[in-house]
Order: sequence, then C-alpha cells, then structure tokens
Amino acid sequence: MKIGVVTFPGSLDDRDAARAVRAVGAEAIALWHGDSDLHGVDAVILPGGFSYGDYLRCGAISRFAPVMSSIIEKAKSGMPLLGICNGFQVLCESHLLPGALTRNHALHFLCSDQTLKIENNSTAWTSDYEIGQEIVIPLKNGEGSFQCDDGTLARLEGEGLVVARYVGENPNGSRNLIAGITNARGNIVGLMPHPEHAIDPLTGPSAGGLGFFTSIMSQLVSK
Amino acid sequence: MAKIVVDVMLKPEILDPQGQAVGAALPRLGFTFATSVRQGKRFEIEIEGEATPAILAEVSKAAETLLANPVIESFNVSVEN
Repeated sequence: MKIGVVTFPGSLDDRDAARAVRAVGAEAIALWHGDSDLHGVDAVILPGGFSYGDYLRCGAISRFAPVMSSIIEKAKSGMPLLGICNGFQVLCESHLLPGALTRNHALHFLCSDQTLKIENNSTAWTSDYEIGQEIVIPLKNGEGSFQCDDGTLARLEGEGLVVARYVGENPNGSRNLIAGITNARGNIVGLMPHPEHAIDPLTGPSAGGLGFFTSIMSQLVSK
Repeated sequence: MAKIVVDVMLKPEILDPQGQAVGAALPRLGFTFATSVRQGKRFEIEIEGEATPAILAEVSKAAETLLANPVIESFNVSVEN
C-alpha cells in the first residue's frame, strides 16, 4: 500500500506523517508540490506546516500547486485524503471541505496536548476508533478556529460530518468545538490537531493518533 | 497605466480577533473614539493601459478565486486615479 505525503515549500510535518505511514506497514511516497504525478499512491496526506509561508491566507496558494490539481481530481472520485493542520486549511481553501480556518480567538499560537472526542468512525481515516473515544494528541496552530455559516454548521451536525471535537475549554474559538470534519463520502478528512505526532508514547503524549493510520491501512487492505 | 484596488474584509459575522486586539489597544493609547475596529487587506494592482470593464471583470474573477476566500471574506474592486 502506498500513501503519498506532500511536501510544499514550508511544510514541517511531512517527515512525521511519513513515519506514521511506515509505522503501520505502508510505503510512504514523497510527493512534491511542483509535480502533478501522484506516482500511483492509494491515498494522500497533506501535512502540517506553513506552506508558501502562509502568505495571503493559510493554504490559499498551496491550493493552486500542480500536485493539488491531481489530488483534488482523485479525491473527488474517492481517493482517501487526510489534511492535518495546514493540510486541513488547504482542503478548505480547495473547497473539498466546507468552512475556513481563521486566527485563534485569543490570537496566541497554541502548542499543547489536546483531548479530542471521536464522533464519526465511518470515515476512511477513523474506522479503528470507537464513537465517543477520547484521544490525546498535540494541537499546534495559529489559525485553527473553524468557522462557517449557520447553514453549513447545521448541515455538518445534521449529517454527522463532524469527525472530532475538542474536549474541555475551546482552545481556538472553533464553532461547536469542531476539531475535524469529513465529506459526505467519508474519504476526505481535515483535522486541526496532529495524530502523526502521537503514534508512540516515546515521542508523543500517547499513541492515540495511530488509529488514523491503522484505519487507512485497514481501508486500503480490505479493498 | 491604471491602478486597481481590491479591498478584502472579513464578513461581518466572522470573528476578527486581530481587529478586536487593535480596538482594545486604541483606548490604552488615549484614542477613545472607536466603538469597533475590523481589519482587512488591500491589494494595489497596476496594469498597462485603461481599466476597462473587461479588465475589471477579470480582476473580480481573480479576487474571487485567489485574493479573497468567499467563505469568510467579501471584496470590493475600485479604480484609483
């Protein structure tokens, strides 16, 4: 199984994402932002970081990178796609997921271990979790406040498209404590906190993030 | 040569913590006139020749595609003399 990890200029977490992919027995394929060839990957991860310096808006320029046109086309026909942090911002800017990520309500850049509650385990990336399961993984962002209009929020809640929610105090001002969402098909997931930094208690707060990667492996193997 | 200006603002219903921080700093400096501050972006675009309706339509398209995110922002295109 081949899972592609995109590197944009300014990506930071591509190496940890590739490490998480290898940890579950998949082959991590490095994808370059300027190359539209996806090299036959079965799924793609857009990692965290500050792609293109976050100039203009986070993810606004990355969305038009050559690699993104291929990824958007494939994702629309069902290829599993996970956007973490900056990757989530790219997914929203690409209109693959609704809403937008804006400046944290308290203006501070956050970097802390965050408890999340998994609310949807029917996506390609969360099938190994139980609904209601709580995990602790790192949250680190400056622009992680999930915003959308009331109609979109009602649709996300009504159709069960919220994948994970922050537990406890709202860390960044996200509407309805939303930490991650999915599309109706469940192949595209955007998540603000970082599961790839929590795959091993030696290097993270827990191994609670590993489920995202075991889930996609189960999904790809069962095809 | 003409200069086209694109002003981008967060929609009124979107929280603007940066504008709020600026709004909170003003009275600390003795400026007590503001009841609200919202922060936006301004793009100044220079073009060859006149700003024709066709070019302004293209600029609007570019604003909608790249300069603003219509999910959270609104924009206004104007010509500066």
